[in-house]
Amino acid sequence: MTASDSNMRQQVLVLYLQTSSLDSPVVAWSQYDGTAEQLFMAGDSDKPPYATGLHALKQGWRLFQASQLNPHNSGDEFQTAYLKYEFFFEKWLPQQ
Amino acid sequence: MNMALNNTQMATFAARGFLRFDAVVPEEINHQFLSDIGDVSPQPDTVKGHYANIMRSSVVPLVSPGIKLSQAYPPSNALNKLIQVPQVKGAISSLVGVDPVLDHHFLHIAFPPNYWPEDAPAQRSQHTHQDSTIDPRAAFDIQLFYFPHDVTANMGGTRFIPGSQYRRVSEAAIARYQNIKGQQHVVCTAGTVIIFHMGLWHGGGLNKSEQLRYMFKIRLCPSERQVRLWDMNEAEHAQSARPIFWTDGSNPPDNLHAILTNPEPWYEADTERLEYINRVKFWRYISGDKNFDADYWLTRIENDYV
Repeated sequence: MTASDSNMRQQVLVLYLQTSSLDSPVVAWSQYDGTAEQLFMAGDSDKPPYATGLHALKQGWRLFQASQLNPHNSGDEFQTAYLKYEFFFEKWLPQQ
Repeated sequence: MNMALNNTQMATFAARGFLRFDAVVPEEINHQFLSDIGDVSPQPDTVKGHYANIMRSSVVPLVSPGIKLSQAYPPSNALNKLIQVPQVKGAISSLVGVDPVLDHHFLHIAFPPNYWPEDAPAQRSQHTHQDSTIDPRAAFDIQLFYFPHDVTANMGGTRFIPGSQYRRVSEAAIARYQNIKGQQHVVCTAGTVIIFHMGLWHGGGLNKSEQLRYMFKIRLCPSERQVRLWDMNEAEHAQSARPIFWTDGSNPPDNLHAILTNPEPWYEADTERLEYINRVKFWRYISGDKNFDADYWLTRIENDYV
C-alpha cells in the first residue's frame, strides 16, 4: 500500500528533543490521528510516548521533517522562544 | 501584617514564573464569591446561557483597563476581600507595587459534559498559549489565578509550564505543543491563589467531572519601577560566587544562586543556559544591581575589552 491510497490515513507524531540529535531525550510531544481512532489534545499525558526520537524510529515511525539549525540574530542571541528541536514523524494506516 | 515575599519566593518566581498559595483565602470569601456569581444551586444550563446569566448579574464589576486596583472593587465585594488577604496583598505589592493598575479580569468556567449539546463536537482542552501578545518589556505584569472551590484532577484545572515565562512567543502560536515534560495541572483546595508571571505558558484543562469549574483571573500591571519591592535579604543577595562545575557536591536548595540555576525538565540542553541568563537579567532588573550574577553565566560573556 502507498500513502496515495485513498483508503490510507496519516498518523502524525511530533517530538521535541533536548538537542538537534535524533537520539536525544524527548522534552515535549504531540500526536494527531487521521484514522480517528484516538483523539489527542493538550495536556492529555505527562509521560513522553518514546524516550528519544530514535526509539520512535524503532517503533515504525517515519521521519519526514526536522527543524533547521539557524544562526542567532545579532543582539537577540539570548532570547528564548519556540521549542528548538522539532521532529515530525508519520505512519500510514488503512482506514478501519 | 507584613506578608511581603522573601528572597526564596522571589527567586522562585524569577526562575519558575509562578508562586502558589494553597488555601490562603478564607472559606467565607470563597463562599461569598461563589454565591455572588450564582453558583449556589447550579442547574444544568447551556454554556452561553450560564455565562449570560452571570454577566447580567453584574456581581463581577465591569472595569475599564487602566483603573487602579484600589478603586476597582466595592469594599463589600468578595474580590476586594480577596486582594486584602495578607499573603495575596503581600505578593501583589512585592511584584507590582502597592498601587498597581488593573488590566482586566475574567471569570473562566470549564463546563462539564452535560452543558454541551449531544451533537456538539467532542470537547477538548484549551490549547497551550501565552496571554496577551508579544511583550518585549523589562517590566512585567502578573496574573492572579483564584480557585474559589476545590479542584479535583478530573475537573481539568489550569495546566501550566514552569519556567516558560521568558520565552517570547506569540499567544497561541505554541498550540502545536500538546504536552511538555514537567507540565503541571492545578489540583487544589478552595481558596488557592497562584500568581503567574505574564509570560507563563498555560491552558485550561478538560472538565470531565459533573461540576462546573470556576477560576477567576486578574491581570495587574505595575505603576512604578519594579525594584526592591519585596522583603529583600541584602546579605543573601550579595553572597559571593560559589564554586561551579568542580564542586564538593553540596548544593543547598534554598541558595539564591541554586534556585536561579535550577533547570526545568523540558529545557533544551543549550537553551537551559540561556534561561539562566534570562533569570539573572530579571534578578538584576528587580534588584537594581546591574552586577549581580549567578554561577558566572553573565559575567563570563560580559568580560570584553573592545
